[in-house]
Amino acid sequence: MSHLAKDMTPQVTWRDITPGCNIYEGGTSVTVETGDWRTERPVVDFAKCKQCLLCVPVCPDMSIPVKDGKRGDFNYFFCKGCGVCANACPFGAITMVAEEK
Amino acid sequence: MSIRERLSGNEAIAYAMKQINPDVMGAFPITPSTEIPQYFSTYVDNGEVDTEFIPVESEHSAMSTCIGAEAAGCRAISATSSCGLCYMTEMLYVAASDRLPITLAVSCRALSGPININNDHSDAMGVRDTGWIMLFAETNQEAYDNYLQAMRIGEAVGLPVMICQDGFITSHAIENIELVEDDKVKSFVGEYKPAHYLLNKDEPMAVGAYATPVYYMEAKRQQAQAMIDAKDVIRKVGAEFGQMTGRSYGLIEKFMMDDAEEAIVIMGSSAGTAKQAVKELRAQGNKVGLVKVRSFRPFPSEDICDALKDVKAFAVMDKDDSFNGHCGPMFAEVASSMFAAGVCGPRGISYIYGLGGRDVRVESIQKVFAELEQIASTGVTGETYRYLEVRE
Repeated sequence: MSHLAKDMTPQVTWRDITPGCNIYEGGTSVTVETGDWRTERPVVDFAKCKQCLLCVPVCPDMSIPVKDGKRGDFNYFFCKGCGVCANACPFGAITMVAEEK
Repeated sequence: MSIRERLSGNEAIAYAMKQINPDVMGAFPITPSTEIPQYFSTYVDNGEVDTEFIPVESEHSAMSTCIGAEAAGCRAISATSSCGLCYMTEMLYVAASDRLPITLAVSCRALSGPININNDHSDAMGVRDTGWIMLFAETNQEAYDNYLQAMRIGEAVGLPVMICQDGFITSHAIENIELVEDDKVKSFVGEYKPAHYLLNKDEPMAVGAYATPVYYMEAKRQQAQAMIDAKDVIRKVGAEFGQMTGRSYGLIEKFMMDDAEEAIVIMGSSAGTAKQAVKELRAQGNKVGLVKVRSFRPFPSEDICDALKDVKAFAVMDKDDSFNGHCGPMFAEVASSMFAAGVCGPRGISYIYGLGGRDVRVESIQKVFAELEQIASTGVTGETYRYLEVRE
């Protein structure tokens, strides 16, 4: 039975979850899905996006990756759907839509 | 050879602690458990143990100290009573859900108000759903014996253990007691070797994680399994203890139950009084018996059903009232155990007794049996929610 953080997915059973949800390794913030409780997801329309990057620093969870000075699509593994980015976008390029499982 | 001594229940617990020589004690005094850290601090001062004795400013901090120490990989202990136990409540949940096998000695005492320092079980019953294993002692000897078994049980299933005795009645009364030799205690209790601990330099670890709704319930289901598994562990450790000392323990103790038609279910020191009542009634030809609950958590539902299935009438004695308008907490456990198992023949009543140190005498228990005989012979249960020895 693995007790690695990467295996503590939303599918882990009660028999396999670590006792007390304890974690036995460091630097696990990148391996554990924390976006599972999102009720709305931000969707970016790149046709409207001017790459002003105002959305990037307001994201509380670094869920907007930037490469070569341009933002990419959202990282939904971590995004909690708070909507701060959609509110900050001056061009209406980010809309919040209901999360469907 | 075992050592014959005369000790109070608190001294016996402190002596067991000394023999075990745990790593850390988080200590805060409260009547009637104060003597436990007091005696133990003497052992610390005399260099008889190497325990880190941490006197703190509250019971909340005492339990927090234990949580930190146990998570670090140490054996941690504390002792408390009454409102001290209430004040620990928040951290009791953390200890259990973090799966830390801390050992807590409880000298049970009433809760305010009216303000009262005497014995009943309202403090322990108030924390019965915190996820701790809870063992209750009838005598000083049992308090000592239970304490020696506590760490074996808790560490096997990853749950903390409360060793409860009756405040003043056993905690301060001096009785003859048989102590186990130091070397035997050491080999019985063994070393604490947790699979994971904070001070392991080779494995970084985080304790006390946040769990979102997709994880929380799996963690709790696993915790529930540990409590289910504890039943067999308590039996095995109790049997092994019996091989060493001649004093075996299970989840319950049955006293003159073989052909009993009327029975009482009781916990703690009053079981001794009740056994005397049973003996006297048996001598008069009455088919009466007693079931003593040793393990309240996990609750021995199967054992209780098996013990009571053939009686005509039974009373569950609670030294606490749930104030639910119909019964005491142990009655609720017994009745639900029986109903769920389809054992619906016996008629049961709930007695609240001994609150705030109200005396329970042999005659008091015999009054209960007189009521049970009436119920058994007439088939009429009458009021199921009763108070014993209260002025009408």
